[in-house]
Amino acid sequence: MVYTFRGGIHPGTHADPGYKAATNTKPIEAMPTPEQVILPVSMHIGAPAKPIVKKGDIVDMGQMIAEAGGFVSAPVHATVSGKVIAVEPRLHPNGSKVMSIVIENDGEDRLHESVHPYDFEAMSNDERIETIRSAGIVGHGGATFPTHVKIKGAIGCVDTVLINAAECEPYITSDHRLLLERPEEVVNGLKMLCDIIGAASGIIGIEVNKQDTFAKIEELIKDDPRLHLYPLKCKYPQGAEKQLINACTGREVPSGKLPADAGCAVFNVDTAGAIYRRFHTGMPVVRRIVTVSGSAVANPKNLEVRIGTPVEKLIDACDGLKAAPNKLLMGGPMMGVAQFSLDIPVFKGTNAFLAFCEDEDKRVSDPQCIRCGKCIEACPMHLLPIYMNVYGRANDLEESLNCGAMDCIECGSCAYVCPARIPLVAQFRLTKSKIQAQRMAEKAKADAEKAKAEAEAAAKAEKPAEPEKK
Amino acid sequence: MYDLSKVVVTSSPHIKASDDTRSLMADVCLALLPALAVSVLTFGWRALVLTVATVISCVFFEWLYNKLVHAPCTIGDLSAVVTGMLLAFNIPVAAPIWMPVIGGAFSIIVVKMLFGGIGKNFMNPALAGRAFMMASWPAFMTVWTRPGAEIPLFGNVTVTDAISTATPLASLKGGALPEADALHLFLGQTGGVIGETSALALLIGGAYLVYRKVISINIPLAYILTVAVLTFAFPMGGQERFTWMLSQILSGGLMLGAIFMATDYVTSPVTPKGQIIFGVGCGLLTVFIRYFGGLPEGVSYSILLMNTLVWFIDKKTHPRKFGYALDKKEGK
Repeated sequence: MVYTFRGGIHPGTHADPGYKAATNTKPIEAMPTPEQVILPVSMHIGAPAKPIVKKGDIVDMGQMIAEAGGFVSAPVHATVSGKVIAVEPRLHPNGSKVMSIVIENDGEDRLHESVHPYDFEAMSNDERIETIRSAGIVGHGGATFPTHVKIKGAIGCVDTVLINAAECEPYITSDHRLLLERPEEVVNGLKMLCDIIGAASGIIGIEVNKQDTFAKIEELIKDDPRLHLYPLKCKYPQGAEKQLINACTGREVPSGKLPADAGCAVFNVDTAGAIYRRFHTGMPVVRRIVTVSGSAVANPKNLEVRIGTPVEKLIDACDGLKAAPNKLLMGGPMMGVAQFSLDIPVFKGTNAFLAFCEDEDKRVSDPQCIRCGKCIEACPMHLLPIYMNVYGRANDLEESLNCGAMDCIECGSCAYVCPARIPLVAQFRLTKSKIQAQRMAEKAKADAEKAKAEAEAAAKAEKPAEPEKK
Repeated sequence: MYDLSKVVVTSSPHIKASDDTRSLMADVCLALLPALAVSVLTFGWRALVLTVATVISCVFFEWLYNKLVHAPCTIGDLSAVVTGMLLAFNIPVAAPIWMPVIGGAFSIIVVKMLFGGIGKNFMNPALAGRAFMMASWPAFMTVWTRPGAEIPLFGNVTVTDAISTATPLASLKGGALPEADALHLFLGQTGGVIGETSALALLIGGAYLVYRKVISINIPLAYILTVAVLTFAFPMGGQERFTWMLSQILSGGLMLGAIFMATDYVTSPVTPKGQIIFGVGCGLLTVFIRYFGGLPEGVSYSILLMNTLVWFIDKKTHPRKFGYALDKKEGK
């Protein structure tokens, strides 16, 4: 049996489904450590971390160099040993400049004293979560939501922990290679997550294009009755949180709610691996696997790199570019973010860096909708992209909302199939931000009116008291 | 350092499927070829001449319109070719060649381009063009030639008793079975307009479009089934139910209309539920016109009438969104 959801698309060609052939048979290669690493204080969703080192400090590998800036936040650790040469804003993959700590590598990889194995069994649940929090572990699939927050929200209401090993984004094979080469990290990480959350079942969902990983994982999970391996149909966006939950459990996350409301918590393959590594070796998040691929890359590879390595070094390690690229992407081609520079660092959520030489997105100047309805068939959220586009362009926010604008997960399936090449997702992002702005404005107005009414009421209440004072 | 001078930054997604508007339209043209081939076999080469003339007219007037209003040229999307083929399929083979040329100008300029071009017209251009010709030159639109009759390739056709015939629908209108039996109707050896006679050829084209996922099967299936059920339930003139039903669904423009006209993207609903309602609506109207109307055939007017309801149907048939409970009211 193969699990799946309704809707979705099949990117790739018949000979190369998912465009993964360039790297899916290439073993993980450890890249030499770079001369310097750039570590932004924002490599997660939530409050930026606060730097606790200054220029000139000598730091060890694994040492915390920026502490969490709040509850929904994550600390940052030195990923090499060496000297802090700058604490200043640097270019971030999100396109703006973000405060970053730059470390010059001394090449020693001297471990910090805080890096030591933990005894998972002997620890209390709070200690375990604190250990995960202090390791700076976030969602490594790209969303980078702090993992300790997700775990805390899951305790008590989640019965199923899912490991998202769908890796449905075209070109990316970093999770595939991790599952194949180090399955014990993922399986042990899942066991720990089930223990902490108290979940009755732990499911690893893997698309069937990674069947070579099944045998070893079956072997590893057979002693634990809680754990299951679910083969998933190869279809994008199989790894979107809501679609994965639906495929594996048949449940639907209610609109506007979290997976916990459907009794599920979803973690990326490498997040589970990072949790295991934290307890097993004590190492916080300092490295990750990045697929470097795309038609402009001379020799596509799966590289294990230190967080903070400039992307240009990754391209160097893949023998450079074959041709001048047309697109540079942090992440996959469906949801990745286009870049204009190679001076950006690998961060915690970077699962791939792609460089394309041709104009793969086939833009046209004045696209005309022919109402073919292919977008409706492709939408994994069962929305009406065609009408969301019509009403969005006409600035009719209420009708856009009716057609599902706020439920859109921006997976890009509609824009991928659109024969007219309408930039649907770009329009939906615009519509969503307008709706959000409208809601904020309404809330501010309501708050102001409430405050005014309260002030008036308070003034009235004071008046009768006045004569007495006299 | 790498050369980043060609790098562009856009919103995701960064890859697209290979199908575009032009390839979809090319698929529709391809799917119409079997019917055209049968028509040439049945009525002679004049069928091809008329079709080519209509296609050229449609493409020319789209080009001309864009030229006159200084708009970018849009004939590359091949939608005018599809309109031209469908329009030609709706006229009798004995019609003078100038007629569909003018019809093409009406379809393209009035029905399509004045409303904003591809995707903006609210009625099927080919069917509206047919209605226009029917109103303007009813005599030319109702001259039916016998299959295999000798007719000139280019010149005007002089209609004599030797080559004229009654269409199956004219017989059905009076509650009688057509002279051609079901097999001949299925293969297209009967009187009628250029593209409608062979149910087999049209079904082959339709199967190809469904296989290539160019159209969904919802509309044609709902349409033909509705006609089948109604005619099976209410045979006229005391005819045997099954034969009557078979003659009804194989005669006239039903197959052509259900497979190629009612599925026109621009003028049909996009929601699955809406497509079924649209198909059923077309089927009901077709049978009503065939049974109670003044005309023998009702397919084109049924579809045109339903065309006007498309946005309303779409609005009332929003699918259930992911994450909304079944019992909860849609939308909000």
